[in-house]
Amino acid sequence: MAPLKLYGMPLSPNVVRVATVLNEKGLDFEIIPVDLTTGAHKQPDFLALNPFGQIPALVDGDEVLYESRAINRYIATKYASSGAALLPATPSAKLEVWLEVESHHFYPNASPLVFQLVFRPLFGGAPDPVVVDKHAHELAKVLDVYEAHLAQNKYLAGDQFTLADANHASYLLYLTKTPKAGLVNDRPHVKAWWEDIAARPAFQKTAAALPLPPPPSA
Amino acid sequence: MKLYGATVSWNVTRCVVALEEAGAEYQIVPIDFATAEHKSPDHLARNPFGQVPAFQDGDLHLWESRAICMYVARKHKPDLLREGNLKESAMVDVWLEVEANQYTAALNPILYQCLVSPMFGGTTDQKVVEENLEKLKKVLEVYEARLAKHKYLAGDFLSLADLNHVSVTLCLLATPHASLFDPYPHVKAWWDGLMARPSVQKVAALMKPSA
Repeated sequence: MAPLKLYGMPLSPNVVRVATVLNEKGLDFEIIPVDLTTGAHKQPDFLALNPFGQIPALVDGDEVLYESRAINRYIATKYASSGAALLPATPSAKLEVWLEVESHHFYPNASPLVFQLVFRPLFGGAPDPVVVDKHAHELAKVLDVYEAHLAQNKYLAGDQFTLADANHASYLLYLTKTPKAGLVNDRPHVKAWWEDIAARPAFQKTAAALPLPPPPSA
Repeated sequence: MKLYGATVSWNVTRCVVALEEAGAEYQIVPIDFATAEHKSPDHLARNPFGQVPAFQDGDLHLWESRAICMYVARKHKPDLLREGNLKESAMVDVWLEVEANQYTAALNPILYQCLVSPMFGGTTDQKVVEENLEKLKKVLEVYEARLAKHKYLAGDFLSLADLNHVSVTLCLLATPHASLFDPYPHVKAWWDGLMARPSVQKVAALMKPSA
């Protein structure tokens, strides 16, 4: 089977969201670079894959998909019998709730935080403290809900690691590398959940592949 | 089935569309924002984020409108999801995400500025409206190209992806930007087709969105 093609920038957390699931499934894939800094994502070649001009896009044989969460569900469904089972045999309404919670509560706050604290400095800029404070404040409230939930549930959908947990991994990874890591680490159940995800061999493979610059020396 | 929330909320009525299309038996239990009922312990037990909608079917308690819609579709009208057909369900999933992350992401701030802010004695920030109208028009260009090739968003079959657009689009009609679809004939035809559905007519009557 030809490797799947994941289009995007290797450091982009939405691309890493998909890489996380590809690795959980033990699938062979290559990242085809789409350089946002040169506007490659708005060129006809890429728009033919994702008409909304955003990364990632995934090509699996004849199938062309975009929207990282839709891509992830497709991978989890098509390759259900490979690697870790990310979707239960019987659909779970609770899983659907937490997939949505990631998308509409966690991500809208984690994403701007990671952009300001990780990516602006990488491109030579400085974090905007107003944006950082606003989203740190909101994410704290969101993670309080996660803390209460994870006190009763090992993983978001219950006893098993699922797509709902996997979809958080890339932003959790970046967040815990920033000065706002306390949002995760100060909440014991959220911290334990994150550490469990981080210890998964497939996720360690995903994290190791990220071309991150070394941290600044103290 | 119980759906908790007020029909002025387009997230609540997103679920009403799904419930109507699925032919499910349900009741709407109003939640009164004026008395902060959404932050009451009873409601926080239904939705820990203190938002509407929340949903109950027997012992099952759910929140997040799109998770509720998916549950309702799976239970009563799985044809709207096409699970079991990988190619079709993949397209449904892509366009479910597009509704949330491209279409409604741009439309929400417009609806908030034009409909919600004035309801609370605030003003309409035209700059926010203009910025998001520009984003939405770019999104509609993609929809136009898609709907020129397919009758519905996921393909030539109606799916939950189309239906999840209805509640916010009904609200758009109550703003000064109701004719936004006019330059996009295939989008307009798609919308007119959805509007003709009895379920959508019923929800439109229920919402009676006020400007």
